[in-house]
Amino acid sequence: MSVEINLDQEFQSRIDAGERIEPKDWMPEKYRKTHIRQISQHAHSEIVGMLPEGNWITRAPTLRRKVGLLAKVQDEAGHGLYLYSAAETLGISRDEMEVQLLTGKAKYSSIFNYPTLSWADIGAIGWLVDGAAIINQVMLTRTSFGPYARAMVRICKEESFHQRQGYEIMLGLAKGTPEQKAMAQDALNRFWWPSLMMFGPRDADSPNTEQSVKWKIKRKTNDELRQQFVDITVPQADYLGLKMPDPAIKWNEERGHYDFGEIDWDEFWQVVKGNGPCNKERIAARTKARENGTWVREAALAHAAKNAERKLSTKVAS
Amino acid sequence: MNKETDKMEYPIFEVFIRSKNGLEHRHVGSLHAADPEMAMENARDVYTRRQEGVSIWVVESKNITASNPEKSDELFDPAQDKVYRHPTFYDLPIELKHI
Repeated sequence: MSVEINLDQEFQSRIDAGERIEPKDWMPEKYRKTHIRQISQHAHSEIVGMLPEGNWITRAPTLRRKVGLLAKVQDEAGHGLYLYSAAETLGISRDEMEVQLLTGKAKYSSIFNYPTLSWADIGAIGWLVDGAAIINQVMLTRTSFGPYARAMVRICKEESFHQRQGYEIMLGLAKGTPEQKAMAQDALNRFWWPSLMMFGPRDADSPNTEQSVKWKIKRKTNDELRQQFVDITVPQADYLGLKMPDPAIKWNEERGHYDFGEIDWDEFWQVVKGNGPCNKERIAARTKARENGTWVREAALAHAAKNAERKLSTKVAS
Repeated sequence: MNKETDKMEYPIFEVFIRSKNGLEHRHVGSLHAADPEMAMENARDVYTRRQEGVSIWVVESKNITASNPEKSDELFDPAQDKVYRHPTFYDLPIELKHI
């Protein structure tokens, strides 16, 4: 018991001193579990996030928009892979994580349970959803677990192209015909609140936050990050000439921040619990991908085994 | 469908990239592949989408022998008190140049 306490204290002092933790280092079981949960959730979000955007690849309005969107969706696949690899260093297999996703044991960002109804949604997602993700991810580049932080550095480098691409789409629509501007406004109306929800529950309702901050998994709380996002985004909406779908948004001179309205937390918890507009569709798509890929994985492994055997027998013969 | 883990996972490979000639290969991450050829193709797609490299090494992770962090003291501490391995250990007159 006392040995355990000493290890815990030693671990905490390493964290306090700003040291990074690497996979083979001793770590409290809860630190390991929290990371497996958080990193795999993050990885799943990247992979499921490909679905709403992939929906518009074949219908992108120009070739320029199409190559950009294709490259972005391909990046998301890469991001998912970096993150799965980081989680695997903690002793969970890729396959276990995938099964957790498909059985609902693991969550992914609730934002991807909203449908992409128009091309403007691709703009809104790049601008708002990637914008919100970047705020979270920039913080995570300094997270205490080495492989997670390194994955984040790589991801952040690539993600800024996503947000600029999204804003450019919005800009094109907002400066276009009245119909196009209305599309952009409609997309903002639908994606604004779900984007705010991406930062998670209020600090008061987030029991894990304190421990996560202590372990430097997170360096800012959900509410701090959300405020940062609002402060950055409101002027960007003004520039587009679009109206925020929240009458409570107002600059607060005293606080030095924008005030904003209350999130519909019932909706948030409903979507988290699996009752969002697209939860079932998303999991069905991932399940189908896994099933359809089974024979490919089998064939590739059989081919690899056969090749290895062939190499071995030629060696023996010579 | 079979929602059990199917034990059909590809092995893990570590990926090393030389960003340009004159620099060493550096570890950039890992990926799953059925064999080294597939690992090479995947590494190209995953880690060099933006001209990050001119050369790739892939090696199956199980072939790497790593030091144990719990033995770090015995491995690395002996180097701590060997200041005589550093140039500043040796006292020379200040007016001396280029040495």
